Amino acid sequence: QQMIKGTLRASSGEPLTGASVVVKGAGNGASADSLGNFSIRAKLGDTLIATSVGFEMKEVRISANTINITLQVAVTTLNDVVVIGYGTRSKKDLTGSVATVSAKDFQTGAVTTPDQLVTGKVAGVVITPNGGAPGAGGTIRVRGGTSLSASNNPLIVVDGVPLTNDGVSGVSNPLSLVNPNDIESFNILKDASATAIYGNRASNGVIIITTKSGAAGKLKLNFNSVLSQSVKRNEVKVLDANQFRSVVNERGTDAEKAMLGNANTNWQDVIFQNAFGGDYNLGVSGGIKKLPYRFSVGHTYQDGILKTSNVKRTSLGLNLTPSFFNNSLKVNINLKGVYQKTRFANEGAIGAAAGFDPTQPVYASNKFGNFYEWLDETGTPIELAPKNPLGQLLLNSSLSDVYRSIGSIKLDYKLPFLPALTATVNAGYDISKTEGNGFIPAFAALSYQRGGSMTEYSQRRKDKLLDFYLLYAKDLKEIDSKLDLTAGYSYQDFFRGSPAYPVRNAAGNVLSMPVPDSSRNTLLSVFARLNYTFKGKYLLTASMRRDGSSRFSKDNRWGNFPSAALAWRIKDEGFMRSNKTFSDLKLRVGFGITGNQDLDAYYPYLPIYTLGGSNVRYPFGDSSYYTYRSEPYDKNIKWETTTAWNAGIDFGFLKNRITGTLDFYYKKTKDLLTRIPTAAGVNPGNMLLTNVGNIESKGVELAINAGVIQGKDFSWNVNFNIAYNKNKILKLSNVSDSTSEGILTGAISGGKDNTIQINSVGYAPQTFYVYKQVYDADGKPVEGVFDKQNNGALFYRYKSANPKLTMGFTSQMSYKKWDLSFVLRSNIGNYLYNNVRSGSGAFNSVSTGMGYIGNTNVDYLNTRFTNSQFFSDYYVENASFLRMDNVSFGYNFGRIWRNKASLKLSAIVQNVFVITKYTGLDPEVYSGIDNNIYPRPRIYSLGINISY
Amino acid sequence: CTKDLDRTPYVQETSESVYKDPAKIKSVLAKLYGGLSLSGQDYENASLADLYTTDAGSVVFLRTWWSLQEFTTEEAVIGWNDGDLLAYHNLNWTPDGKYLKIMYDRLFFGIASCNEFLRQTTDDKMSSFTEAERNNIKNYRYEARFLRALYYWVAMDMYGNIPFVTENDPVGLFQPPQKSRSEIFTYVETELKELENLLPEPGTNEYGRVDKGAAWMLLAKIYLNSAIYTGTARYTETITYCNKLIGAPVYRLSSSYANLFKTDNNLTGEIIFPIAADGVTSQSYGNTSFIILCALGGKMNPADYGMSTTWGGMRATKTMVNQFADPTGLTDKRAIFYTNGQSLEITSLSDFTNGYAVPKFVNKSSTGQAGKDPTGRFTDTDFPMFRLGDVYLMYAEAVVRGGSGGSLSNALNYVNLLRQRAYGNNSGNIASGALTLDFLLAERGRELYWEGQRRTDLIRFGKFTDGSYVWPWKGGVAQGIGVNKRYNMFPIPTADLIANPNLKQNSEY
Repeated sequence: QQMIKGTLRASSGEPLTGASVVVKGAGNGASADSLGNFSIRAKLGDTLIATSVGFEMKEVRISANTINITLQVAVTTLNDVVVIGYGTRSKKDLTGSVATVSAKDFQTGAVTTPDQLVTGKVAGVVITPNGGAPGAGGTIRVRGGTSLSASNNPLIVVDGVPLTNDGVSGVSNPLSLVNPNDIESFNILKDASATAIYGNRASNGVIIITTKSGAAGKLKLNFNSVLSQSVKRNEVKVLDANQFRSVVNERGTDAEKAMLGNANTNWQDVIFQNAFGGDYNLGVSGGIKKLPYRFSVGHTYQDGILKTSNVKRTSLGLNLTPSFFNNSLKVNINLKGVYQKTRFANEGAIGAAAGFDPTQPVYASNKFGNFYEWLDETGTPIELAPKNPLGQLLLNSSLSDVYRSIGSIKLDYKLPFLPALTATVNAGYDISKTEGNGFIPAFAALSYQRGGSMTEYSQRRKDKLLDFYLLYAKDLKEIDSKLDLTAGYSYQDFFRGSPAYPVRNAAGNVLSMPVPDSSRNTLLSVFARLNYTFKGKYLLTASMRRDGSSRFSKDNRWGNFPSAALAWRIKDEGFMRSNKTFSDLKLRVGFGITGNQDLDAYYPYLPIYTLGGSNVRYPFGDSSYYTYRSEPYDKNIKWETTTAWNAGIDFGFLKNRITGTLDFYYKKTKDLLTRIPTAAGVNPGNMLLTNVGNIESKGVELAINAGVIQGKDFSWNVNFNIAYNKNKILKLSNVSDSTSEGILTGAISGGKDNTIQINSVGYAPQTFYVYKQVYDADGKPVEGVFDKQNNGALFYRYKSANPKLTMGFTSQMSYKKWDLSFVLRSNIGNYLYNNVRSGSGAFNSVSTGMGYIGNTNVDYLNTRFTNSQFFSDYYVENASFLRMDNVSFGYNFGRIWRNKASLKLSAIVQNVFVITKYTGLDPEVYSGIDNNIYPRPRIYSLGINISY
Repeated sequence: CTKDLDRTPYVQETSESVYKDPAKIKSVLAKLYGGLSLSGQDYENASLADLYTTDAGSVVFLRTWWSLQEFTTEEAVIGWNDGDLLAYHNLNWTPDGKYLKIMYDRLFFGIASCNEFLRQTTDDKMSSFTEAERNNIKNYRYEARFLRALYYWVAMDMYGNIPFVTENDPVGLFQPPQKSRSEIFTYVETELKELENLLPEPGTNEYGRVDKGAAWMLLAKIYLNSAIYTGTARYTETITYCNKLIGAPVYRLSSSYANLFKTDNNLTGEIIFPIAADGVTSQSYGNTSFIILCALGGKMNPADYGMSTTWGGMRATKTMVNQFADPTGLTDKRAIFYTNGQSLEITSLSDFTNGYAVPKFVNKSSTGQAGKDPTGRFTDTDFPMFRLGDVYLMYAEAVVRGGSGGSLSNALNYVNLLRQRAYGNNSGNIASGALTLDFLLAERGRELYWEGQRRTDLIRFGKFTDGSYVWPWKGGVAQGIGVNKRYNMFPIPTADLIANPNLKQNSEY
């Protein structure tokens, strides 16, 4: 044997990082570094089997001691192994709708949270960014939401550990605690026949994240770094100082005119900055004897464009995959640890900057930190006036330290006496610890009356998982069938506790003592799945899961969640074999019932009594007594269940140079878990969490991958996906003949408890509920004049925040050592309520009557409204958009440093442009209500990748 | 291990554990009272508020009740353009009104909480306690029934025909029937007449908790307004209960009018039932803290009133100020106005300096000491929900309106006692010929302004919607106009009409 060296490249020339080669018949293998280089012990004449996710497998005979292997891009590779719940399955044998995105297709650049990697990549998966704060993630929806008050988040499973949806306190997005650089692939289970094996939390899809693991072979180092600069892309258009002066002089009172200052301040320039980010990752992998390992360490530093916001994260990952007893016992150990330190900027400064008088200076000589502030007659900051936006940032410290570890150990044991049977035990944990604190000095106007503040909080989370399952796989050659049967048990327990800390002012005086918070919930399941293949082309999957949830009473806590799916590999039929047009054709139909119990309440069926804090006691005589409040509860509350049908076609043309999937689905959720207003007087409280109503969603998804050009020097691959989804509420009351208008939702800012949306029967959830604005001959809205509906009501239902169509387009081009790729994304038919405009688009924002004057949106110059018109449909705007998420340009230097290392450089721009009619900052706001979000920056970055 | 699915809370309790401990039962009682003055289980964290809201401070009983009783009248305007707040002074609210819903939900939150307490504390369930404990709990139950009657009274006064629920109805998704205003009247009357025998003697309960005096007072009040509530006048009964209150040795007129609205007003002897406050242990943006902070603004120095800040919201209209022949407070000391930098006329509702400011309530003691809260935002001043001064005026009004069991000379005497306190001598006394209904309405304004009485008073006197009595911005115009009679009753909030199909909207809404 000798050391064979070689490269693994795509036909485009792109190195296939992580691709692996195995010596046929010998079993030893190696994987390629980031430049596609590998080395392996083998003999001349041996055959190497080269595989890479997303490429056709290839067998090559070794004829020299260097070998260059080129793999054909098959965007859909039928032999790819897809991770499904409690097992894996080859792509060609799938019966459900499952999408896979692997590392080579991830979005690039300064990516701080994993969901950013796959934004726009999968049909029917909509990821709406939650603003531009460093570390802020996105809201993920798979085929639209199915619930109103229960969680609509998909279940996320990281290396076999399903994560809780409950937030980790001290981080804006719990998923941000997984280092994106460690991720190998996303498998997204979309339809119920695929997800039902996760029964209890599967109604909103399942996202299985698999992290990178080591491969046998010698030590490999990979260093990857991205340096970025984030810049403000745009700003809220408000009056400049001169426009503001003329408005005040035109309409203001004498007192208000006297308040005008002499400065010209753009407050949005004052609070935002260009922000630096650095991401450094080192991965070490290889095999020590029979112990393949991968160890990674990463550090991310990201400043936010809002001054003072910052995230620092250090993460460690260890993956060990040893095998014992002739590979009959396979062990997979995954340990991930992360430490994140966050400084949260006071985001109140964003709205304050848009509304602060532009004629006032930033600084003034005073005792409030020398920030200009609105003062009353006694020289004290006016409590209800906005505070200096920069002061709000610089005089407010809010820090958190979060430690989290997710780990699992999985043992697969092939029983020696019955090799068809594999027993698997998977034990996992997800623990975190948060310590946070805040400080505002006593002199800061922000909290002047309280004497500043000193706050502290902490949280401990402990989630435990134990899965045990058996897989029996058997070829029944006599009847030309293959059978595998999985049956198992799963236990998951979630604990979170937050002790109470006194509320103090800056001097440390205790102002009050709140009540601690702690809760625990448990899920218990048994499940079974049968896969049956007949003649290699007729596929059946059936599964059953029985779940218990501690959230419901003994009588209601168990739910049964079955599924069944059939697939027909038409391409493998005799009449199709010779067909030159189709290189693949498969038809799938599936059905499944899934459950949802993921509520923000942990004991919704129990008559809970909540203790009040020390400062909300009630005085009797000379003593004050703590209070116990009885909470509303529904002792009959139970599972929300979703029944879903799916039909799909997988197809390939031209030897799979063009592949695609087309899916149709229909989902119906019943016993919707919803917080509804109950009849007054029945419950202590005006809302009750209970099962009410039905909701349906239907949709179509199409995904196409095409190798447009596959030449020797030049190649071009594109991926396009488009999805249509429509949700409708079918029933929303426990009164059968109700003429109910619906349930108001969507709180806006401005006024108290004003809402702008309604959930009502026959309409999409969160449909806008507004007044129909009347316009004058010039097309200007007439203040306070609205068209009444036929029934005389002012409110009517108008549009919704849900996009009708979502599209993603990815293009990857390469020419010799150069490559260029970009991602475009578009939503059509989504509307947004522009709360930034409605909240400050009238003269009452200038003339507040509270001893200060405030700025307005430039839209005021159009409308000339005197009073805010919160309910006008004028503010519901079409927010359809086309966004270029990402453009990346790279150069691969190939081997450097005497062939020992390799180097690739890339330049990336994120959030390149947005084309939209929407007049606010950003057309993507998940709730449908745009209210001074942290603006998403444009990010320029440079990436470097060195492999050794 | 299916037992692991029986998870129970760690920190919170369930009814099972709470009602096993007499101290915790008293804490539930404290919550029933706290429902009058507090936001919820925290004063600003909206997720802990008693009602589903984004602003904990606004969902307090006292604040909402006070606002709806005062902003709808000549006594107060508020400049905040907050929700539909301006609609109340304009008398043009709709069933979608936010504050109407907060009030309604707050009342029925109180009713439901009292019902739940009564369900959980039956003799049967309390049988394991000692006799002394059982007796205490029995008294708590009477108090819970009183508080429920108080909520029903306000609900009947404001919304007229309302859903009716008691401890005998189920919880969860039950839809209660609607009862007419007069049916509710009968229920409140029956409850109170039973309770007047069961509650402790006046002045014998802990301060802040109700006794017979509170029941008498509420009876006197419902009888005084009985013509409005039921169509039948019951002035004689008003006099009966006023007599009981006047005869009770524990109540006396405070020597100083201003002291009734200070932090040590519990020492005046005049208060029959307070909504208690404590700036450190009982913090709320909706008790007297709201009434005091919101009344400060302009050139006023908050420290003069025991506060650290101003909210610049509410002032009086000139109609109210003009009830006083001399608004300086030099002759009638009840005229507590701040005029420096303030104009009498209100040309702009949003401008705090339009209209006189009213620092009647203050967070200072009778000796000038500021309240306990070191941050100066929360007050120690109890709100005098029921006080003897009001009893005197109710007595006089019932006599003038023809009730029997009292005398005109007593009526005159009681009115003059209040005026002597106000003037510091006999110079303000009136002669019997002056004791007319018009005088009494004005006098109630002078004596009880900003105490949450005005809307009910104006309706009883037929002046609330009528064009014969107007004030600035009544009906939404600067000089004031009459409005539709339907505004004499608030509409049932749309949300409850949706949630409870048994309900019919009040007429003409």
